[in-house]
Amino acid sequence: MEQHSHGAGIPLQVRSERSRSVNPSDFPAISIRDEQWRYLPAERLDGLDRELTFFSGSLEGLSLKETTNESCGNIGLPEDLIASQVWALGQVKLIELFNGQETGLLTISNNASKQGLQFLIKNEKFAKNTVILNHVGSGSLAEVIEIDVADESDLTVISIQNLDDDAVITSSQFAKLGRNSRFKHIVVSIGGKTIRLVPTVTFAGEGASVEMLGAYFANGDQHIEHRPFVDHNTANCSSNVAYKGALQGAKAHTVWVGDVLIRQAAEGTKTYELNRNLLLTDGARADSVPNLEIETGQIEGAGHASASGRFDDEQLFYLQARGIPELEAKRLVVKGFLNEVISQIGSPELENELNALIEAKLEGKK
Amino acid sequence: MAILEIKNLHVSVDTEAGSKEILRGVDLTIRSGETHAIMGPNGSGKSTLAYSIAGHPKYQVTQGEILLDGENVLEMSPDERARAGLFLAMQYPVEIPGISVSNFLRTAKTAIAGEAPALRPWIKEVKEAMTNLKMDSAFSERSVNEGFSGGEKKRHEILQLELLKPNFAVLDETDSGLDVDALKIVSEGVNRAQVANDMGVLLITHYTRILKYIKPDFVHVFVAGKVAEEGGPELAERLEAEGYDRYLD
Repeated sequence: MEQHSHGAGIPLQVRSERSRSVNPSDFPAISIRDEQWRYLPAERLDGLDRELTFFSGSLEGLSLKETTNESCGNIGLPEDLIASQVWALGQVKLIELFNGQETGLLTISNNASKQGLQFLIKNEKFAKNTVILNHVGSGSLAEVIEIDVADESDLTVISIQNLDDDAVITSSQFAKLGRNSRFKHIVVSIGGKTIRLVPTVTFAGEGASVEMLGAYFANGDQHIEHRPFVDHNTANCSSNVAYKGALQGAKAHTVWVGDVLIRQAAEGTKTYELNRNLLLTDGARADSVPNLEIETGQIEGAGHASASGRFDDEQLFYLQARGIPELEAKRLVVKGFLNEVISQIGSPELENELNALIEAKLEGKK
Repeated sequence: MAILEIKNLHVSVDTEAGSKEILRGVDLTIRSGETHAIMGPNGSGKSTLAYSIAGHPKYQVTQGEILLDGENVLEMSPDERARAGLFLAMQYPVEIPGISVSNFLRTAKTAIAGEAPALRPWIKEVKEAMTNLKMDSAFSERSVNEGFSGGEKKRHEILQLELLKPNFAVLDETDSGLDVDALKIVSEGVNRAQVANDMGVLLITHYTRILKYIKPDFVHVFVAGKVAEEGGPELAERLEAEGYDRYLD
């Protein structure tokens, strides 16, 4: 069993100094020598790093408006070659969320190779909404999403990766939180050959809070990578990041790089980040790297935790003492562990579907 | 008639200072329908006995044997022991986040019985058992032991006891942390399970309080890892009056 757990040492590259550009020519080719691609060889990207065409698949559910990238860039800018190529396509799907709307489900179904898709999601002042982005299908898709969480508003964005075994997806998801706003970001990554999500949160006003949750399960030769980043650039905001993963099979690989930056201006910040991985079999590899950069001493609290590998002996004993064999007990613990995140989706249909998929994977049927 | 025999049991645990012997030659025989109370001061090894019977990996048996109807229990994994008819009601049940009580109970019942219970009668049985233990029906949708109060955890243990129907139950300080009302409810559950399944009971307790509700046939006083004195219910009355002082010098 390979376990990789690093302390909060100095990151190879300070996260805040990463270059940002809408111009693909500003980025070098993707290479594992680059910190942000060090775990993911370009061969696994199905050509997303070479050339993209605008999304030809189907978008069903939420109503969308067409706009262009001229209305974008206030929330986040591309930080890698693939995201800048998406941007260069110019087309953007706009999701406007108003007060009194209900949960919106958007099913993003792709079947083609080298697709690019950009969203701008706007949650208006005082609005309380939930958006579920359900990614299904095959092929390869690169996404850029900007999420504008207006002052005093409350938004939950759920990104589900439930793709076919051969599918590839990369998604850069930027959110900016207005004064006293509340943002919850949930990621569930279960299906797909290569999944790479980079959710980034920054603040535009004081008193905002963000909760970023993730659940993932890699088996077969899946590569599932999440790189959440919270940029505390404003005073008196809070963040809580918690990602949970399970791995099964000698070739399964997961990566979690959690960056939290507390800038000088961000006095009174409260932050915690956590990543836990459960390894069901030997050989599976879970890289887990929490990075905490603190530029001011005037904070309320900052902490992180990372653990990979062992099951809790007392939990297993309890289940075994009720007649449940060890392997089944481990599976049950994993199901519960991931269900803690999945049960927050708020759609019984999707939750059942994802739990059934996890069960099939645990039993080696998928 | 089933029989659980513990013969000359020696058990050690690993500590920072090396291996430490906790049980030093325990002999006990429990038959179907009998209730044995194990009483003793803190640190005498009562809980170690409970965990050793259930097969917790932390406890190493260095000598002696445990036999269930002649079968060597020590060679069985904890789940095999449970399927063979042993049950441990734990003093500190652990939380299993994300797994509902109803899912857990059904999974355990399926494992013990070797097949999934028929859905409708099972739901009815669970509901009745919960009503008997004065547990709210919303309880079954909560995660196993997560955020349960001390009393709720103990009721949940006894709920499992009633549903899984073991031949022998070890109750590890089931009375601790219960108020009088809860103690009565939990004790009635144990008595129901005993009558229903002709169950043998090993009741581990520090106090005589629970013995008002669960009547022991035999009382064993545990001191320094072995049985120091044995007798009938009258021994418990004597302990009530005198405490454990005369065993400790």
